Amino acid sequence: MNKRNIKINVEYLTRVEGHGNIVVDVQEGKLNMCNLEIVESPRLFEAMLRGRSVFEAQHITSRICGICSCGHTLASIQAAEDALGFTPSEQTIKLRKLLLHYEILDSHLLHIYLLVAPDLLGVKSFVPLIDTHNKVVRRALRMKKTCNDVCDILVGRHVHPISAIVGGFTKLPKVKDLDDMLNMLEGMRPDMDASVDLFKAVKIPEFERDSEYIGLVSDDSEYPLLMGDLGSTDGVRMQKKDYRKMTNEFVVPHSTAKHTKLSRDSFAVGALARYNLNYDKLHPKAKAASEAIGLKPKCINPYMNTAAQLVECVHCLEDAIQIITDLKTRGVNYDEEILVGVNEKNAIPVKAGKGVGAVEVPRGILYHEYEIDEEGRMVHANCVIPTNQNTNNIEHDMRKLIPEVLGKSDEEITLALEMLVRAYDPCISCSAHFLNIKFVNR
Amino acid sequence: MKKPKVAFFDFACCEGCQLQVANMGEHLLDLLGAIDVVEFREVMSEKWDKDYDIAIVEGSITDPHAVERIKKIRQRSKILIAYGSCATIGGVNGMKNNFELDDARKYVYGKQYTFFPSIKTRAVHQVVPVDYFVNGCPIYLPELVAVLKAALKGIPYYVPDYAVCVECKLNENVCMYERGVGCMGPVTRAGCNSWCINNGNICYGCRGMVSNPNENGAKDVLEKYNIPMDLVLNKMNMYNKCRELKDNE
Repeated sequence: MNKRNIKINVEYLTRVEGHGNIVVDVQEGKLNMCNLEIVESPRLFEAMLRGRSVFEAQHITSRICGICSCGHTLASIQAAEDALGFTPSEQTIKLRKLLLHYEILDSHLLHIYLLVAPDLLGVKSFVPLIDTHNKVVRRALRMKKTCNDVCDILVGRHVHPISAIVGGFTKLPKVKDLDDMLNMLEGMRPDMDASVDLFKAVKIPEFERDSEYIGLVSDDSEYPLLMGDLGSTDGVRMQKKDYRKMTNEFVVPHSTAKHTKLSRDSFAVGALARYNLNYDKLHPKAKAASEAIGLKPKCINPYMNTAAQLVECVHCLEDAIQIITDLKTRGVNYDEEILVGVNEKNAIPVKAGKGVGAVEVPRGILYHEYEIDEEGRMVHANCVIPTNQNTNNIEHDMRKLIPEVLGKSDEEITLALEMLVRAYDPCISCSAHFLNIKFVNR
Repeated sequence: MKKPKVAFFDFACCEGCQLQVANMGEHLLDLLGAIDVVEFREVMSEKWDKDYDIAIVEGSITDPHAVERIKKIRQRSKILIAYGSCATIGGVNGMKNNFELDDARKYVYGKQYTFFPSIKTRAVHQVVPVDYFVNGCPIYLPELVAVLKAALKGIPYYVPDYAVCVECKLNENVCMYERGVGCMGPVTRAGCNSWCINNGNICYGCRGMVSNPNENGAKDVLEKYNIPMDLVLNKMNMYNKCRELKDNE
């Protein structure tokens, strides 16, 4: 055993969304402390929602996070419609699934290329890659732009979508819009193939820790992202209304932070969790990509979350193409276009109630829970964010990883830890409005 | 010409505006050809310890630590650009100011609420002087480009001071009031090309109010279409609550 003393304090972890620190304290080879601190300013979203119309909740909660604003939108709409007792049409559900595919594609690509690739290629950011790997950077930006452009067509814009609201869509895609989206997505295929090829060549750190993986599950053959029950690789299954039993938030004795667990010390959500739970339901092309990059279920190397993201990119691209093709064949019913506004003359009847939204957003399962009064005003709101659910799992990973890498230099250990945290693609802007902040003696 | 040193900073916000920058796609490389980005935490690990020619700031100031941090950034920057509603007008973070601060903190963080220092939400210019504003939630990319060009040339940029309705009419949208729905367009600064109304939604006022809103005209419109005033005021406070802040708050 290596009897070293190590103190690592990474302030303002870079290339993650939001502000977080890593604090590690090793004395004579013994790990005393290993924390992921969240230091984002509190924004108090749940408090701000009180008293506002449930029809405004989507607009406001979308602003929790710019990166997953479409995901927050979909979870928020689902919670609101559940509370109102409103059932969306088949066409609306289809378009929402399409939007979620765009969101996952966009977010995963940003993470794989701009946030993780620099580590794998040994540089500090994508900026030096402009000179050394110009083709790769151009491909990344081109794919990112395509995701953005198809989102613009479907919902007005990707950051804070405009037309997706409670009840349906305020603007439905015209035939030309469907054609344009289809062309753009089909045009993305060669770049996707090249991305898979690129990933074959990179070396992912070897590290394993078995955990419980949680995500949406269903009995049909569709890879569940927008709807489903809650399930885990340890065999737990429950309905979304019981989500609090799934997350089991608890306070750890050495800090004030709330963590989550289910059957074991910790659990993981996100691309790797979904992959482990629902591999069989992936598109054949996604399965082929998975094999090509050496990813197999059940994978317990958290660094491979990035690989699972790439596999999901292939799935989302192919399924998005399928959805649009279906829409073109069947035709869009424009009578379903809805009018926005709290004073929309009771188009959707309002009643008191409670509702839960559970949606697989890029980083894992996102919960929104709303309670509304008889006039549709928000009485209570609660959001549980994927990154919050992963924090405990990340810390358990770090505790297992540190003794395994103690022989390396401080710089190498720091990088290994940063890469581990980054692999989970934490979205701290999202998580910080909630109680998940840890205080150590500084 | 030496490339100007530019840094991006974020305060309390959703980081969607910096994502808008990333969404420029390959045009981003043209932008990067004109400037030298020395700090951008979300996408870069590099740090810079000298002065900045331009600091581009996103997010609202919502805690004491942020007040100190923005003051230091201001001291080190020749030009400071506030971008996004959170930075320019307080944005949705301002809704916090609708409540007693301690009450809102207790609601979210329970008994431990004192661990999380918080102050009333302020826009950036309510704490330090700001040279340029790029409004919107999120920012509208063509406007960011226009502002950057102006900043690089050292000339002023004037945010349009007429209502969103002007652009909305040019886009030939059916007026939301005609459809029986209240809309913030008549009192909100243009410059977004009536983005939301083009997509079937209403204007939520994210770009801030025009400097001289026609209050009586707005009242007449509300009366004509039978839309309650408190509903519209409530909407106004979604993005624009910080306008009420006094200097000593």
